Amino acid sequence: MKKILLGNAAVARGAYEAGVNFVSSYPGTPSTEITEECAKFNEIYCEWAPNEKVAAEAAIGASIAGGRAMSCCKHVGLNVMADPVFTASYTGVNGGLVLAVADDPGMHSSQNEQDSRHYAVAAKILMLEPSDSGECKEFTKAAFRLSEEYDTPVFLRLTTRVAHSQSIVELSEPEPQKVRPYEKNAAKNVMVPANAIKRHVIVEDRMRKLSDFAENCPFNKTEDNGAKIGVIASGITYLYAKEALGNNANYLKLGMIHPLPEKLIRDFCKKQEIVYVLEELDPVIENHCKTLGVQVEGKNRFSFLGEYSVNGIRRVILHEETSAPETTANTPVRPPVMCPGCPHRGTFYVLKKLGLTVSGDIGCYTLGAAPPLSSIDTTVCMGASVSAAHGMIKVRGEEAAKKTVSVIGDSTFIHSGITGLINTVYNKGGGTVIILDNSITGMTGHQQNPTTGKTIRGEATKQVDLELLCKAVGIDHVRIADPFDVKTFEAVVKEECARPEPSVIIAQRPCALLKQVKYTGCCEITDKCRNCKVCLKAGCPAIAVKDGRPVIDASQCNGCGLCVNVCPFGAIEKKEDA
Amino acid sequence: METRSIMIVGVGGQGTLLASRILGNTLLNEGYDVKISEVHGMSQRGGSVVTYVRYGSAVSAPIIDKGGADVILAFELLEAKRALPYLKEGGTILVNSQKIDPMPVIMGAAEYPGDIPEELRAHANVRMTDALSLARTAGNSKAVNVVLIGMLAKTTDIAREKWVQTIEQTVPAKFLDVNKKAFALGYEA
Repeated sequence: MKKILLGNAAVARGAYEAGVNFVSSYPGTPSTEITEECAKFNEIYCEWAPNEKVAAEAAIGASIAGGRAMSCCKHVGLNVMADPVFTASYTGVNGGLVLAVADDPGMHSSQNEQDSRHYAVAAKILMLEPSDSGECKEFTKAAFRLSEEYDTPVFLRLTTRVAHSQSIVELSEPEPQKVRPYEKNAAKNVMVPANAIKRHVIVEDRMRKLSDFAENCPFNKTEDNGAKIGVIASGITYLYAKEALGNNANYLKLGMIHPLPEKLIRDFCKKQEIVYVLEELDPVIENHCKTLGVQVEGKNRFSFLGEYSVNGIRRVILHEETSAPETTANTPVRPPVMCPGCPHRGTFYVLKKLGLTVSGDIGCYTLGAAPPLSSIDTTVCMGASVSAAHGMIKVRGEEAAKKTVSVIGDSTFIHSGITGLINTVYNKGGGTVIILDNSITGMTGHQQNPTTGKTIRGEATKQVDLELLCKAVGIDHVRIADPFDVKTFEAVVKEECARPEPSVIIAQRPCALLKQVKYTGCCEITDKCRNCKVCLKAGCPAIAVKDGRPVIDASQCNGCGLCVNVCPFGAIEKKEDA
Repeated sequence: METRSIMIVGVGGQGTLLASRILGNTLLNEGYDVKISEVHGMSQRGGSVVTYVRYGSAVSAPIIDKGGADVILAFELLEAKRALPYLKEGGTILVNSQKIDPMPVIMGAAEYPGDIPEELRAHANVRMTDALSLARTAGNSKAVNVVLIGMLAKTTDIAREKWVQTIEQTVPAKFLDVNKKAFALGYEA
């Protein structure tokens, strides 16, 4: 049966067909749908973990116990996961262990564009990279087999365009896997120095065997079109090259990108007049070629930055320009904005008004950095809001402490904000942490987390009590406030910021896109309006200026009522639907 | 068959994802090789959204580059202007006349351009419809996406019933009547 599947859904299908027993992940664009799609197969045990490190460790445990296991993350999630992964390379596996990592060249939804292939090199782990959904499925299945055959974890590397493109996949029946027998084996699984020294020898031996395999791996293919130009590519850039160059080039398509073949590359390059290595981000394949002493063109002709394109490849290699209409310069940008009814809007409206220094984090609320809210001062990585604010306060002193807050979502707080909070308390820091509790993991598209009281499949489970948790680590002042009750919220922020000791405000209001949130009606600006334009400071996409006065667009407004509370003259009223 | 390229553009929240699903499944049912690409995540939040749909006997890249689209299906006027450089010479733009102000316009830092239909017509075969009104006539303002799919369907060789079949397979039962009406209004617009 043929089906059109998202790359991520095809990875999930591959894992299902390979009989995967256990999947644990933390959401991260563009990898999230792999785990969501796995959860649709009742045969697979699936979970959202609090962070990527926990997810990978759980998958490693499942593998050692004899199950086929998978953990999925985005490129920056692999940083969090890295600690256990480097040592899992030494222990190897029992049941097959696949780590799917999705890079984001062009940073569609990320804070950097690091290249995960360096992790495969550094951790000495086999890495596969598919080009389309069909390969996503096939490579995932192969990854489990190779993991068991070579006793190694296997990375499956995706990029946004592969993860989020759909193409046709031929479905097969699953191969039910029995959990393999577990036998205690300390020499293999207890990585104390005496054992690890011996395992490292095995890892190096495995790399030699994998290098031999790379020469004959069915995923590394040459296509001879009798052309003078040779192209070495993998993943999405292979498809861009095919589109741009067609039969004007010969191809070496690499599906296995660590370790890379030697003889295959030498033999291919010998037959070409000129060879281009096409790879987004860093020159990993190119540097390998250069180490072999093979002359190739690469980053001398193409960028380290962002994504490659069909037209760009055509321009550089064939010197052909593609003609296209031009649009006039006056095209206003349309940056993403917080949705109408977003609970974060109330929080940032108040923080901006009070002129506080705001240590930010990763989530929808990072949009609080954009005009007109323009509140956030820093954004680095998951959890950094709390710990970075601590550093800022220690350097800038007690007065700064009273003007510094951290903002962090409920899921991000559990991911790695709680450790920062423990640090603040333990080391006698100050400042106020505002947990933006919107009852869901928002930006990645609504995933459950330990604070929502529901599992990945929506089953009821124990719910982390954020208030008790903060008190338990030593925060004496924990307040719960509704960010849409603007006056009260502002008073609470002022009171908590005035304290010398650290405090926490839990800003509680659910995401407006959740099904249980039912805003009705529409807000209207009445003739009491004095045209002060304070409502515009909330940055709601439904309120715009028409003929010099603010007007609410009924097709955008969901009747959340925040603007009613923001207006100083009571000039905005909510009208219920007739 | 040579690969054909359709680009769907709009504003996050307008339902471009459902439109691309209906289009993709219709093409799959017709036996074409199909590739669809769209970016999820941050850009969904009220920002510009783009979906690429490519079909033919064998499709390579899932992305459409500048000068590569045979058809642009635009859910919003300003987004049609933004996508214009992606159109092939002599290509077609099907556009909803609805305007949604982006944040720089809301804040007064930029103006919503007034001459978009003229600019589009200078480069393309343009068909403009008020899809929002048609969706309301069909019974739900959210059905703009299916109205526009109706407009697109009319420009293809694929039989009308085939599109309706995919809508029946793709849309939840309780919204089916509204969406079938919306499709018909778009098809006949």
